[in-house]
Amino acid sequence: MTAPAKEQTTTTTWTGQSLPRKEDERLLKAQGSFVDDEGMYRQGYAQFVRSPYAHAKILSVDVSKAEALPGVIATLTGDEVKAMTEPLFQFAPKEDGSQVNEYLLGVDIARYQGEGVALVLAETRGIAADAADLVEVEYEPLPVVTDGVAAAEPDAYVLHDSLGDNIAWKGLFDWGDIDWALENADHILKIDKLHFHRYSSTPIECNAVIVNWDPGTDMIRVVSNNQFPMFGALVIGPSMGVGTDQFDFVSQDIGGGFGIKINSYTSIGVLALLSRKAGRPVKWIETRTEHHQSGGHGNERTFLDIEVPVMADGTMLGFKMRAFDDAGAYLHYEPLGAVIWSQVVPGPYKFKHVQVDYTETLTNKCPAVPNRGYSRMQHLWFVERVIDLVAQELELDPVEVRKLNYVQPEDYPYTTPNGCVYDSGDLPQALDMVLEMIDYEGAKKLKADREGSGKRIGIGIGTTLDSGTNNFGQSRILNPELPFSGNGEACTALLDLYGEVMLKLGTNPQGQGHETTASQVAADILGMSPETIRVWTGFDKSHSTYIGFSGTYASQFAVTGINAVIGAVEKLKAEIIEVAAYAFEVEQDQVELVNGDARIIGNPEAAIPFIGIANMVFANNATLPHEMAERVSLTCRHVYVPPFELPDVEKKYGNLTLTYSTQTHAAVVEVDEETGKVEILDYAVVDDCGKRINPMVVEGQVHGATGLGIGAALKETFEYDEDGQLLNSNFLFYHAATAMDVPNIKTSHIESPSPFTGTGAKGMGEGGGAPLHTISAAIQNAIGPGKAIVSDSHNPPERVWRMLNWDGPAEERGVTVVSNGDGA
Amino acid sequence: MASGPGPTQDIEFTLNGKPVSRTASSRMLLIHFLRDELGLRGPKIGCDTGHCGACTVSYNGKTIKSCMALAVQADGAEIDTVESLAGESGDLDELQESFRENHGLQCGYCTSGVLMSAKFLLERNEKPTAEEIREAIHGNLCRCTGYVNIVKAISGAAHGDEGLALVERLNREHAKEVSA
Repeated sequence: MTAPAKEQTTTTTWTGQSLPRKEDERLLKAQGSFVDDEGMYRQGYAQFVRSPYAHAKILSVDVSKAEALPGVIATLTGDEVKAMTEPLFQFAPKEDGSQVNEYLLGVDIARYQGEGVALVLAETRGIAADAADLVEVEYEPLPVVTDGVAAAEPDAYVLHDSLGDNIAWKGLFDWGDIDWALENADHILKIDKLHFHRYSSTPIECNAVIVNWDPGTDMIRVVSNNQFPMFGALVIGPSMGVGTDQFDFVSQDIGGGFGIKINSYTSIGVLALLSRKAGRPVKWIETRTEHHQSGGHGNERTFLDIEVPVMADGTMLGFKMRAFDDAGAYLHYEPLGAVIWSQVVPGPYKFKHVQVDYTETLTNKCPAVPNRGYSRMQHLWFVERVIDLVAQELELDPVEVRKLNYVQPEDYPYTTPNGCVYDSGDLPQALDMVLEMIDYEGAKKLKADREGSGKRIGIGIGTTLDSGTNNFGQSRILNPELPFSGNGEACTALLDLYGEVMLKLGTNPQGQGHETTASQVAADILGMSPETIRVWTGFDKSHSTYIGFSGTYASQFAVTGINAVIGAVEKLKAEIIEVAAYAFEVEQDQVELVNGDARIIGNPEAAIPFIGIANMVFANNATLPHEMAERVSLTCRHVYVPPFELPDVEKKYGNLTLTYSTQTHAAVVEVDEETGKVEILDYAVVDDCGKRINPMVVEGQVHGATGLGIGAALKETFEYDEDGQLLNSNFLFYHAATAMDVPNIKTSHIESPSPFTGTGAKGMGEGGGAPLHTISAAIQNAIGPGKAIVSDSHNPPERVWRMLNWDGPAEERGVTVVSNGDGA
Repeated sequence: MASGPGPTQDIEFTLNGKPVSRTASSRMLLIHFLRDELGLRGPKIGCDTGHCGACTVSYNGKTIKSCMALAVQADGAEIDTVESLAGESGDLDELQESFRENHGLQCGYCTSGVLMSAKFLLERNEKPTAEEIREAIHGNLCRCTGYVNIVKAISGAAHGDEGLALVERLNREHAKEVSA
């Protein structure tokens, strides 16, 4: 892949500028097109009937009263779905072939509160709601499993008989020599338990689908806000017995995704079945309560029996632990999370000896799905918690311990213990910068001054990684039989009939500004203004370009999407130049593109506007040599493929991600001793995502990831009671962070170009959950040594108060240090 | 929920300066009436409980959440939605332009409601501080921006570029003040 040509005669370089976005005018004027803004002729409105129980046998479903209600068009039950479909494809069946059997609608057993068990379709939303209330479902409650660790016990009640136990996936990750490290370390830090909580980025627009299964053509047109429709097609197509060629996925504007909106494929599938049965288009807009109960949650992970070998100076040698990831009731995208964390095994540090006994379990909770920072942030929070506790318990400076253990600027490209290659960065510099931004010395003085005042100051640091551009080959570590590897994205660049430049992307963004950044890089190649380049908004499978990986997820557009744009536009440029050179009767290297003209270098008078090039190819092709007229299409598709190889599945070793952005956060918090309330006094971020294509867009992503992480650290949690009832089913009880909860976020940046991406850009946007690490560290710092440790990623006032007021025996603090012989 | 069987009522009100005369289902929420019956795209639905603010509109000069009102309550009222901001020419108004300049939106779903809350603030407080802006939009949830550039955009509309520097200084001083 080549970078944008630098020999352009145009003096403007659009790449790297903070251009206002192309998307904004329509969105500001409410002229965007979100799913609920759209409709289809003769559409009916669908409503799910959902299980009120977390776990229950479905004894009977009686739709007769609902069907008798005037205005009801059709109903659909789990039994009907079972009869017409196959169970959904599972990524990693056990060796004996046993696996979770999930249908597109609950069949025989409901396994979480909010699981759909029937559907009704009616002429209006109101009638659909009334009719859903008339569906009579007889349940027999079953024992409920809500603890992701207890679910793995041999005597735990089994959710899926077809699986035999509640273990979705289990494996040992073992790199380096942890036994050697534990024997030779000066100290071993032992931590009983760390817990990363369940929450979601809860996009403000809930899931939404309009689907029509056309009885004449057998085509299934899906207007939705699913953010990874190709994945959805691959999973639901075989279940429904339809080809992916029958699906036309369409989306324009999407009201936030954050990974959560990968999950709507099961809804899309069952709503399509309802459309086929009814012979009518079906519109479904998920309610907020449905979204919280069944739309998808981020992964909850528990780390147990943690042992950390450390040298006296704070050099960490590695760690050993058991991890339990709670996937909820079904495996949606999971168990991919069971390997995706291993993109960032040592976090930003250089330790080499790691052993993780990893178990993913099934519980009677909403399915876990990718949520901004997916699977890596849980692990990175763990790593940051560990390094901070190393510093505290060994009475070392947390800044110095980090700097001592960081991958150093001269180490890049740096190969991690499991073969991942960190591409570039400068973590010590980023840490110095962020500490200056919060006035670290001043904050330490403030902390000392406040002692005894009832308000404690805490200073926290969080270093994190945003690994982008997955190598899907890592899925083979879960199941060597899986036919997935590599990654990529497509773009088509074309001239239209009058010479207008157009780009068609394979992505379907949710606010990341792809129309803007794609036009910036294309403008530099074609020597014209981004304003004159039309990027088709949204995605439509029938005319967009795509590959199996197309979508907007996992911090990769700046690499995969942009490189696809560059490749396609370079091909288009070459064709324009070839046609122009023929017309000018000069060599191709004598032609340049400037402001929408092809012209002879050094002779601005000799110019053919793009409309003239388009005319020759599209409507005047007898003027061209026949061979050229047949070959040159001015419609140039490029698929960018990152350089990946298959990982070694036995050793669980290989390069799993192409780029690693770094984010270094620091916070100063004030903790009220009386109430446990945490207030953020100062917050700063230094971001390094390599070459920035549009710095304003990048900063916006940094702000967004930080805002969500602050919300998760202090306000946002999904909690279930012992009956598996979700306690946070709407925004009254799920405290999504408001403008009063998120402070002003100071940002600065370093640009360490990636050597692997052609442009130097790296994927970014997920942000690695850094505020969770940072605020946990700040609260720990405020509480100080000798008390209970911060062992949970979510710290509401009550939990903080309990830590402040902890007065149990030292061995119950949750952490101990054992010294090896006299090595201490 | 929205329309369905049951009683109806004739209502007349002013929407974005123009008279509306319709029959509304008594059980229909104002947000559904504006969207489904009158075809507006501005007010959005993000929750069922009045917390997200995406449906915020102006009702007799005050901002309300249109999911918390019935359509029949519009009778006799003056209602303005985000569609009223851009003039007849379709040009962005000063507030919208500041959101564009300052990247005050990403997915754009909460934006209609945020703009209406911001307009309400600026009509009553021409030179708000950053804290006053945060207070004014705390009923509008945004999951994309961390609110940073929303605050900046509203400040920019109120204070111009000079004001942005001021807001940044105020933020720094606020941080110190809280610490002091």
